[in-house]
Amino acid sequence: MPKKNLNVWTHIEAAIKNRVLVLDGAMGTMLQGYKLSEQDFRGEQFADWPSLVQGNNDLLSLTKPDIVRAVHETFLSVGADLIETNTFNANRINQAEYGMQDHADEMSNASAKLARAVADEWSEKTPDKPRAILGALGPLNKTLSLSPKVEDAGYRAVTFDEVVGAYKSQILAMFDEVDAFLVETVFDTLNCKAAIFALKDVFAEKGQELPILISGTITDRSGRTLSGQTTEAFWTSIAHAKPFAVGLNCALGAEELRPYIQVLSKISDTYVLAYPNAGLPNAFGEYDQTPEEMAALVASWAEEKMVNILGGCCGSTPEHIGAIARNIEGINPRTPPKIAPALRLSGLEPFMLAGSLT
Amino acid sequence: MSTQSANFINIGERTNVAGSAKFKRLIVEREFEQALAIALQQVENGAQIIDINMDDGLIDGVEVMTTYLNLIASEPDISRVPIMIDSSKWEVIEAGLKCVQGKAVVNSISMKEGEAEFLKHARKVRQYGAAAVIMAFDEQGQAETAEHKFEICKRAYDLLTQKIDFPPEDIIFDPNIFAVATGIEEHNNYAVAFFDACKRIKAELPHARISGGLSNVSFAFRGNNMLREAMHSVFLYHAIPAGLDMAIVNAGQLAIYDDIPDDLRERVEDVILNRRPDATDRLLDIADNYRGGKSKAKVEDEKWREGTVGERLSHALVRGISKYIVEDTEEARLEAKRPLHVIEGPLMDGMGVVGDLFGAGKMFLPQVVKSARVMKQAVAHLMPYMDAEKEALGLVDQSNGRIVMATVKGDVHDIGKNIVGVVLQCNGYEVIDLGVLVPCEKILEAAREHKADMIGLSGLITPSLDEMVYVASEMQRLKMDIPLLIGGATTSKIHTAVKIEPAYDAGTIVYVADASRAVGVVGTLLGDGAKTYGQDIRVEYKKARETHLRGQTKKKRANIAKARANKYQLKDTKYVPPTPIFLGVKTFVDYDLAKVRDYIDWTPFFATWELKGRYPAILENNVYGEAARDLFKDAQAMLDKIIAGKWVTAQATIGFWPASPDGDDMKLYTDETRQTPLATFHTLRQQIEKSEGKPNYALSDFLNPEGDYVGGFCVTAGLGEQGRIEAYKQDKDDYSAILFQSLTDRLAEAMAEHMHERVRREFWGYESGAHTSSEDLIAEKYVGIRPAPGYPAQPDHTEKTTLFELLGGEDATGVQLTESLAMTPASSVSGLYLSHPESLYFGVGKIEKDQVEDYAKRKGMPMREAERWLAPILNY
Repeated sequence: MPKKNLNVWTHIEAAIKNRVLVLDGAMGTMLQGYKLSEQDFRGEQFADWPSLVQGNNDLLSLTKPDIVRAVHETFLSVGADLIETNTFNANRINQAEYGMQDHADEMSNASAKLARAVADEWSEKTPDKPRAILGALGPLNKTLSLSPKVEDAGYRAVTFDEVVGAYKSQILAMFDEVDAFLVETVFDTLNCKAAIFALKDVFAEKGQELPILISGTITDRSGRTLSGQTTEAFWTSIAHAKPFAVGLNCALGAEELRPYIQVLSKISDTYVLAYPNAGLPNAFGEYDQTPEEMAALVASWAEEKMVNILGGCCGSTPEHIGAIARNIEGINPRTPPKIAPALRLSGLEPFMLAGSLT
Repeated sequence: MSTQSANFINIGERTNVAGSAKFKRLIVEREFEQALAIALQQVENGAQIIDINMDDGLIDGVEVMTTYLNLIASEPDISRVPIMIDSSKWEVIEAGLKCVQGKAVVNSISMKEGEAEFLKHARKVRQYGAAAVIMAFDEQGQAETAEHKFEICKRAYDLLTQKIDFPPEDIIFDPNIFAVATGIEEHNNYAVAFFDACKRIKAELPHARISGGLSNVSFAFRGNNMLREAMHSVFLYHAIPAGLDMAIVNAGQLAIYDDIPDDLRERVEDVILNRRPDATDRLLDIADNYRGGKSKAKVEDEKWREGTVGERLSHALVRGISKYIVEDTEEARLEAKRPLHVIEGPLMDGMGVVGDLFGAGKMFLPQVVKSARVMKQAVAHLMPYMDAEKEALGLVDQSNGRIVMATVKGDVHDIGKNIVGVVLQCNGYEVIDLGVLVPCEKILEAAREHKADMIGLSGLITPSLDEMVYVASEMQRLKMDIPLLIGGATTSKIHTAVKIEPAYDAGTIVYVADASRAVGVVGTLLGDGAKTYGQDIRVEYKKARETHLRGQTKKKRANIAKARANKYQLKDTKYVPPTPIFLGVKTFVDYDLAKVRDYIDWTPFFATWELKGRYPAILENNVYGEAARDLFKDAQAMLDKIIAGKWVTAQATIGFWPASPDGDDMKLYTDETRQTPLATFHTLRQQIEKSEGKPNYALSDFLNPEGDYVGGFCVTAGLGEQGRIEAYKQDKDDYSAILFQSLTDRLAEAMAEHMHERVRREFWGYESGAHTSSEDLIAEKYVGIRPAPGYPAQPDHTEKTTLFELLGGEDATGVQLTESLAMTPASSVSGLYLSHPESLYFGVGKIEKDQVEDYAKRKGMPMREAERWLAPILNY
């Protein structure tokens, strides 16, 4: 079935050539602000659910859709071009923690529909600035490159095929609603590769390709992902997805993230996105970087033509996103560089076969 | 972090079961930790990509590829480099792709099953995000000519880039490196075809890369590493400019192009570049000159026969060639004035060269013993002439020096002594070998009768130490003053310094650690510096003694009551050992040694020959790999004969008895009713002060008080060995005699290992599951233990008496115990079996008088006698 909203993405593709686009902020942070109770999370549908579900934010798309809608609404109102579906954990593997694996696709589908509806309303409201939605594929609580057992390094809690299966099911649940998919907060590249594999499978089945955005997570100042890759090795490992944009998010604030965004900006021949946390958490686990501070930092990236899409992760509120949107207005965006074709491989570190091609 | 980049990539092949026998063994035996170490080593040695291949009939490729790659993922020092997933099976490749987070290379896919299958695989490779090696292989087969190679690559390239949008820079062609110089004319142009194909690929297929498996090219010269390395090097020298980007190669096995001898390089180049029709023949002509690296002389065919007789004798001695020794010796005798001059002249000169090379570490024991064999054969030829001359002229014997050697009373082990004897003879000393089980009187009498310059004593088991002390004290009593040499497995510098030296102060006593040291020691003792040397040794031993005594007093021992209170408590008290399938004794006569052969642990075999290193790595050792390989070849050949020709008869006796612990003892009963006592095994308990939580072990701790069994065994692979040894000695073939002895020794140990496995799985049946690998057996990774009396867990040899009585004595076992409780034939092993999963090997260590008193009482043995047997472990 051909999709209805192709024209939205066509606008996005045109817009990104002229300006830095704005991605929304932290859904989780916003939902936490509502201080919802266990009962709120359950709603009527899951009143008798046997286990506790408080904190299962993706469930709120089913039980408290108005709240989720309100969050989307505020981010769109401050100028977000792109919003993420409330589906960070809405896959079978992560939902199994709540025993809700069989409801995962339902959550994904509801979240996608919800985001679609709000975004379409805003596209109508501001026709010169159409809004697109990204189907968010978050990381899993089970990882393919690391063993959870200290004594058995060869053990894996999940298989590649299981991860592909979980993502596929989530992708199918959102496919008809979203404009693009965002594989995000990637701390294990192999999980990300399974997500890419799943996306390609679904695209083949549907006979239609949707744009892919990928965002990795550099865990700390060592400059590596949790699974040990450098930024460049990460890019080399996922470049086969031919993503619309590649970027980094979470774990670090803008100040700490800057060098790695700079690397990505130089080596990737695609658009670059960045959505750092609002600084580093303080002693209480709260993010206290002000909207102005954060916006000033990331706006300088735009000025230096390092990025094409800017947003915020943990701790970033509509005020933060609004400040960013104001600060980057009128700035000419980065043009992705042409990268000469070469055999590039990677382990934890990148490798390139240089030498003459005679 | 900057990108690793390179112009040419050596892809390590050590983690390839087809490229490395060692890696294959580790994988088959699931020794993943060691297999990881190999990967790490490659990365540390600079490998930029590691090739991992698990294609082998013995290996479940999918499972092992998954496990190994998952393990690599958890080793950042390895997984920092990209991985080449190498398999001819798609399912193995796909399994590998599911385990690597980085961008890997698939090696390989091809069109051999048609375009559809090829594109299906290529699409998948892309979906997993990998690059791919594409073989020049289509439905018709592997391309051999340059045109065909290019044609296939072009077709693949077009399909990939046009039909499925595969990035050309992720394509790596493997245009097939095939063996050249195979003797088949069509193969001669294979290397040239490869180079030509490379050039066309680079010119016409933009961004594609080229790889190849280098070792194929020299396949015709397997076994001749030096030549192969030269071929690899020359091939690369021409292939890289033609466009080769990477090759799977053992980087350590690559000659430096400029270092290849001119003659060899030219002929190799003729072959690689197919420059002349007789190129292969010309390379073959010189191939043997380079076999085994430095040993050019060995394979100069019969050229050495053209030298003078002196040169020929020297050559034969150094290379250990006995083929012409009698005719050359005879020729030399006819030229010489006196037969003795042949010995003193060319033969001693030749042995001088051997001695120098041995001393310089350029020849190794097996080679020296072979040289000695040649020497002995030459001397044997001269002997009748010398005797006749002696008689005619009334001459007196002359030699550099004369040594009386013996394995002491009660001991039967003499491999080491025989080796020392041979080495000394090689150096012109006269050796009077009195054999084994030689009483003190006989040794001293022989020394006097032959006017020996010194005496050498050897022994392997601990009671022999006392016998050596006795010999020394007798020499003192008889007012002798010649030097006494001490050697053998159980002896040590400390023991010699502490126990033997004080017993004999009129002469010099020297501990000789191994055969290679014997020559130096004997030479010094017979030379001008003997006196100074003797004084130095005394000072050295005095120091050793004092250090030892100081160290002694520091070690705290617990009294036996306290040690017992801290006995090992079985954790699994519920463990019920299965009932053995029979109780009592069973003998296996004429046991088939073919079944035992695979259980041989070769590392100690090489150690016997003073080649130290682990088997099989020792065969590739840079320094003495050649000596080890030759020895191993001879050993295998002799082993074939021993087994096929039944040169020795093997026999095994095993028994099981109901048993229960009784304090530090193990009580055995006649039957399951456990009413009638049969015998008691006495055990000794550790008395060293243990830290918190560490028990003071005794073997009896491992018996389940609720009812257990004790097994016993005696195996021998030495019935009939003596006759064979004598026959070899008669033939002046010490090399074969020692080789034979060292093999029966190993066969006995292998047999003990083999029977233990049968006991665990069959007769007692308490172990099941996967077959234990031979490496694990050597590492003692099995359930239960088989402690032997006289070894650290039970240092008292007298327990062997009880064991042998239970087993039915010599009638059943075919083995006798000497007065020192050594087993004869020497190639025998005996011990106990304990089954408890928590049982382990430990060392009793030094014990106190309170335990010895108690032990003597339990055994009904006079205190003095107990102290004599336990002398080496007394802490007082």
